[in-house]
Amino acid sequence: MTLLSTFEIEALALSLKVALLASVLSLLPAIAAAWLLSRTRLPGRSMLNVLVHAPLVLPPVVIGYLLLMTFGVRSPVGAWLNDTLGVRLVFTTAGAVLAAAVMALPLMVRAVKLSLDGIDQGLEFAARSLGATRLDAFATVTLPLMLPGILAGSLMAFASSLGEFGATITFASNVEGETRTLPLAIYTAIQSSGGEGEAARLVMVAIVLSLVALAASDAAERWARRMIHGS
Amino acid sequence: MIEVSVKKAWPQLTLDASFVVPARGVTALFGRSGSGKTSILQAIGGGLTPDAGRIVIDGRVFFDSAAGIVLPIHERGIGYVFQDSGLFPHLSVRGNLRYGLSRAKREARIGFEAVTALLGIGQLLDRRPHKLSGGERQRVAIGRALLSQPALLLMDEPLASLDPPRASELLSYIERLRDELGLPILYISHVLDEAIRLADQLVLVEGGRVARAGPLLEVISDPAFSPLIGRFEAGAVLECCVVSHDDAMAASTLAFDGGELRLPRVEVAAGGALRVRIRARDVSLALSEPRDVSITNRLSGTLVSLVARDGPYVDAGVAVGGVVLRALITRESVARLGLAPGMPVWALIKTVAFDSRSAGQVGPERA
Repeated sequence: MTLLSTFEIEALALSLKVALLASVLSLLPAIAAAWLLSRTRLPGRSMLNVLVHAPLVLPPVVIGYLLLMTFGVRSPVGAWLNDTLGVRLVFTTAGAVLAAAVMALPLMVRAVKLSLDGIDQGLEFAARSLGATRLDAFATVTLPLMLPGILAGSLMAFASSLGEFGATITFASNVEGETRTLPLAIYTAIQSSGGEGEAARLVMVAIVLSLVALAASDAAERWARRMIHGS
Repeated sequence: MIEVSVKKAWPQLTLDASFVVPARGVTALFGRSGSGKTSILQAIGGGLTPDAGRIVIDGRVFFDSAAGIVLPIHERGIGYVFQDSGLFPHLSVRGNLRYGLSRAKREARIGFEAVTALLGIGQLLDRRPHKLSGGERQRVAIGRALLSQPALLLMDEPLASLDPPRASELLSYIERLRDELGLPILYISHVLDEAIRLADQLVLVEGGRVARAGPLLEVISDPAFSPLIGRFEAGAVLECCVVSHDDAMAASTLAFDGGELRLPRVEVAAGGALRVRIRARDVSLALSEPRDVSITNRLSGTLVSLVARDGPYVDAGVAVGGVVLRALITRESVARLGLAPGMPVWALIKTVAFDSRSAGQVGPERA
C-alpha cells in the first residue's frame, strides 16, 4: 500500500475494529431499551428514555468523564473488573469500544424503536392466538419485522463510532495501536509538526469511510424493507 | 356452551355483557359500531382482560375474576379473524398457514390440503401477503386460524374491508366452512343481512350490554327488536324451501309455512333450504285480494298486532300460516281502512323488494 503509511493503515484498521465491536455491543441493549420504550408502560420509562438519549445531548467529554468515574481502575466497578476478570478498560481497545458503544446507543435505539413503533401489535396478538408464547411471538414475528430498523441502526452506530472522539480520548486515552482510532490519529497528526499531509490524507479516508457507511445504512434498510414488506 | 359474562369500564363505554349460547353453528354478535361487540370478542380471545366476570367455553375456563383465572392467549385454542387480515408480512401464504399448524395444541382435525381446498387458496401458497387481493388475504387469514385447530373461531367483521362482490364471495366461503367443519363460530357484524345469512343464534349488543340472546328467528321476529335495528330494516325472516325455478321469467317459487313466495331467481337448487328476509317497509296491506295490481306475492292472513312507532308509522303484525310477517304502514292507513287486530287482511309483497343478499342458503345440517 503506497497510498497510506503503516501508521495510517493501523489507525484505519483499529477504527473499523472498534466501530464493528461497538455496534455489536450496543445491539442487545438497544433492542431491549427500544422494546421497553415502545411496548411497555413502566413507571421508569421516561427515566430510561433520558438515560438512553443523554449521549446525544451531553458533551462527549462529559460521557468520557462519567465512564472514567464508573469504570476507572480506582472506581469500585473498574477495580472489580480488573481484579476478578482481569479486564482493564482504560488505555485499551475494549475501553474505546465501550466509549463508542455508549455514544452510538441513542442512534441505535431510535432506529430500532422507530421500526418497532411501526409494527402492528395486532400481529403479535395474531401470533399468540395461533398458539405462540410471548417469547415465541417476539422471536418469530416482532424481531424479523424489526430487521430493517436493526440493520439501519447498526450501520448508523458503525458510522458514528468511526468518528467518535471526545468520549474515547477522555475515557480510553490516546494510545497508539490500542485506542488511537482515525479521529484521534488526525488530532495527533495536526498536533505534531510536519503532520499536515498525514492529517489531510486521514481526513480524506474518514470522509470516504463515513459516506460509504451512511449510504450502506440507507441501502440496507431499503433492501430489508423490500424483503419483508415487498415495497 | 359459550358462557360469557364480562364487565369493564372505559370513559366512553361501560361494558356489562352476559350471554349463554350453545357452542355450535354460528352465533352472530350484532349491534351498532361502538356498542362493545369487539370488546366482548377480545375478552374471549384474551386481547382484553375484563375488570370482572367469567368466560367459559365448552367447560374450559378462560377467565374467572372470582377464582383469579386468566388463561394465557396461546392456551385458549381460539382462532381469530380480524377486520384486516393480520397476516404476517414477512412470511409467504404457506408460512402463514403453517404458523398455526405447527403450534396447534389439539390433534389435527383439519389438514393443510383440506383447508387450502376449502378456501380455494391452493394456488396462492408461494405468494407474499402484499401480493394478494383483499378477499384472498381474508381467506388465507381464515385458513391460518383453522389450521391452528381451534375449538372456537372468532370473526370480527371479516367482510368490513371488502367491496360488495368480494364480500359476497367471502360470505359463501364462510357458509362452506360453517356447513362442512362443524366448528362453532362467533361472528361480529353490524350488517343484518350477513347475520341472517350465517347465524343460528343472535346476540344483540347495545351500549355495552346484551339486549337479547337466543335463536336467530326468535330474536329477529320479536317486535321489541325493531328499534335496535332501525325502522327501515326491521322485518320478518322466513325459513323457506325452493319449490321450482322459472327460467323464462327468471324467477323462483319458494314454499314457507303459510304459503308460497315468488322471488327473483335464487342460486339454490330445487328442494334446497333458504332463509328470506322480508322488510316491514316492503309489505303493504289490503282488505281484499287485489287482482289488478302488479304485485305478485299476495298472502292471506290475520292482523294480530298494531304497534305505534315514532311519527306517522305503525308496525303491523300479520299471521300467515305459522309465521308472522311485519308490515310498516301509516297511522293514516290504519284509520282509513279501520284496521284492528283480528281482522282478515292480505299482505302484499313486490317480488323486486327481495334483494339477493337477504336470501341466504341454509346449510344441510340445519335444513
